[in-house]
Amino acid sequence: MCDQTFLVNVFGSCDKCFKQRALRPVFKKSQQLSYCSICAEIMATDGLHENETLASLKSEAESLKGKLEEERAKLHDVELHQVAERVEALGQFVMKTRRTLKGHGNKVLCMDWCKDKRRIVSSSQDGKVIVWDSFTTNKEHAVTMPCTWVMACAYAPSGCAIACGGLDNKCSVYPLTFDKNENMAAKKKSVAMHTNYLSACSFTNSDMQILTASGDGTCALWDVESGQLLQSFHGHGADVLCLDLAPSETGNTFVSGGCDKKAMVWDMRSGQCVQAFETHESDINSVRYYPSGDAFASGSDDATCRLYDLRADREVAIYSKESIIFGASSVDFSLSGRLLFAGYNDYTINVWDVLKGSRVSILFGHENRVSTLRVSPDGTAFCSGSWDHTLRVWA
Amino acid sequence: MERVVVSMQDPDHGVNMRSQRLLITVVPHAVTGNDIMEWLIHKYCISEEEALHLGTLLLRHGYLYPLQDPGSLVLRPDETLYRFQTPYFWTSTLWPASELDYAIYLAKKNIRKHGALADHEKEHHGQLHRKINHMWDLVVMQAREQLRAAKQRRKGDRLVVACQEQTYWLVHRPPPGVPSVLEQAPERGSCTARRVLMTKNADFYKREIECCRRALGRTRVKSSVSLEAYLKFSNQHRPHDPIMSGCLPSNPWITDDDTYWAMNAPRVAEPTQLRVERWAFSFQELLQDPVGRAHFMDFLRKEFSAENLSFWEACKELRHGGQAQVPALVDAVYQQFLAPGAARWVNIDSQTMERTLEGLRRPHRYVLDAAQLHIYMLMKKDSYPRFLKSDMYKALLAEAVIPPETKRRVFPFMWKPRRSSPSPALLPASASGDCAAAPGGPGGGPGEA
Repeated sequence: MCDQTFLVNVFGSCDKCFKQRALRPVFKKSQQLSYCSICAEIMATDGLHENETLASLKSEAESLKGKLEEERAKLHDVELHQVAERVEALGQFVMKTRRTLKGHGNKVLCMDWCKDKRRIVSSSQDGKVIVWDSFTTNKEHAVTMPCTWVMACAYAPSGCAIACGGLDNKCSVYPLTFDKNENMAAKKKSVAMHTNYLSACSFTNSDMQILTASGDGTCALWDVESGQLLQSFHGHGADVLCLDLAPSETGNTFVSGGCDKKAMVWDMRSGQCVQAFETHESDINSVRYYPSGDAFASGSDDATCRLYDLRADREVAIYSKESIIFGASSVDFSLSGRLLFAGYNDYTINVWDVLKGSRVSILFGHENRVSTLRVSPDGTAFCSGSWDHTLRVWA
Repeated sequence: MERVVVSMQDPDHGVNMRSQRLLITVVPHAVTGNDIMEWLIHKYCISEEEALHLGTLLLRHGYLYPLQDPGSLVLRPDETLYRFQTPYFWTSTLWPASELDYAIYLAKKNIRKHGALADHEKEHHGQLHRKINHMWDLVVMQAREQLRAAKQRRKGDRLVVACQEQTYWLVHRPPPGVPSVLEQAPERGSCTARRVLMTKNADFYKREIECCRRALGRTRVKSSVSLEAYLKFSNQHRPHDPIMSGCLPSNPWITDDDTYWAMNAPRVAEPTQLRVERWAFSFQELLQDPVGRAHFMDFLRKEFSAENLSFWEACKELRHGGQAQVPALVDAVYQQFLAPGAARWVNIDSQTMERTLEGLRRPHRYVLDAAQLHIYMLMKKDSYPRFLKSDMYKALLAEAVIPPETKRRVFPFMWKPRRSSPSPALLPASASGDCAAAPGGPGGGPGEA
């Protein structure tokens, strides 16, 4: 049958329609041809067996999903807030902005902490990526990317490199150097290639591998040194907006969320989807694992955050309030997993009690929507970046 | 947002609306800022600050407009009057505010105020005059017509329409310095937008069906069991969460004192008590901490099973290492740990050993996974509990440091200098790091590229 890969690397005349288009390799009866994407699509729908039509496949998928929901509901015997009644309520939380990092000339889109608990890397709409020592608020490095809207950036676990990407469809790795004679942009390594914008990237447990999520609906695992694609993950029906790696030593899974309202858990080794959850009502902007790795939270444009349990295989909590009408752009847990910090498009940050499902406090301060939020590696503070050109560290 | 606004205008449960007097004109259906705030607080059970914030957002998105002082869109919780914008002007209708309309509006304003426009408006006016010069006569004529028609309306209506229009243009053409609320992120394609790449073709459904079938076969846990686990985890980790329980000596972000980080550095000689306690929570916590792992290695040496941990570390390096190093690493691991008669032979059960040896013929990064998992479980079930009960661990707990709490400064306005720390990018390559040491750079201070 045909073996479609979603990465385009040739431009020329299609073997079927002879038009000059971007081509992808297609296998037909063990012969490799190059079809343009439209012909490839036609071939895919042609190649169905007689008793399968697109509609019948769709209805089979729907019915299986329905059965899955039934199975999940069978083991659901208690709600989270019922279990949490035994836990004492949290007192008032006073969190203030302790540092304000000014220096970006445009909207801050993404940020990440370094493992040394004080350095952060942040990226913005005008293509600038800055590495700060946020404790002293000094800028340490700055790189200008050749594209605008740098929507993803990540710090390497060793602290020696950063990765970033956005509308250029690529993920580039920059080794950090303090040598005044070297231009950081000169040592740039282009690692990932997608066919649409890069929405999220993250180093897996070492500097050698990067996991990326893209607007072309796929996630991919790359080897940094050679730029080789190690594994690709297909299954989302629309742009993938976010991803997070599981904090477990033995397993190797990660979760991704996309515009198709689905959050999917993948096995990095085989490339297959292990679990999928489809209860949100709009695009999922951000996903984050619970510190124990048994659950994850997601924030979405439908103004709710939800908690999904991986062992019980279902959604277990919804964090929403009628007065919150703007979407949540990013979420993160505190170190013990008791608090969920969520940044919203109405310029505020809401702090939720994960177990009881109630809101603990609301933090004002940003003057435009909060686009990114991460808790520091040792849990002492969290940093939020916003479209008002600043980053704030709260503690 | 529209849901909120519509419910606010509901005659029975909505905000208190009445005809208000504004100077000498009577304006129907106006509300005071105070009323809006009270209604929001009451309906959504939120605080005053939040209600003010929400109200201001509604205003800035153009769903309300002020009748007095229409220059700025700020919700004032007092007797200032506001009215609800007609749905015609709602931003969600997404009618593009065309240049022509803006030109007519500015021309009208120009005429009415005899040239006294705000600076940015003057600039726009000039720009538009140049851009659509060929239509300028039309613009001026339209402006004059609209002004004349307006004069024939009642004063109240005239005022209302003027304020409406003003707010509309404040939203769509904000003055410099005010961020536009209409800005959006780059467009996200949906399934309908990009048919070619994203069409739900046969492959997509087949994958979904496969995924569902596999998911149906999963073992699931009862909700009560997994939810209990959260409670236990949160309770256990609560004293270790600096945001919830504070940290000793003090949170560096609050007191500008980074002693906390110095005491909890990855490889510190004397770990704190909290840190040593964490090693008892789970095997993973122990291995993740470099100090913990080192002590565990010492313990294993005493028990003559240190090769297990070394093997596990080597497998980890293989899994997360670079693609180019895979064959060499696999070979090294085999020679050192798996070959019969190897120097540090690890004890794996025969089935796993057979499978691993077979996989070694075609080495890839996951070939040692089964063996690694076996050894991990062995250490977790056997060596780890013994470690926790051992004298070594008990001694570590007893010796562990409890940092004293920083005394509050008497004069809080005296700035404590914030010490900078060397960047990890400068440190020489450690056992696990892979970066090159940069020659002669400043010692991690205010560097700038």
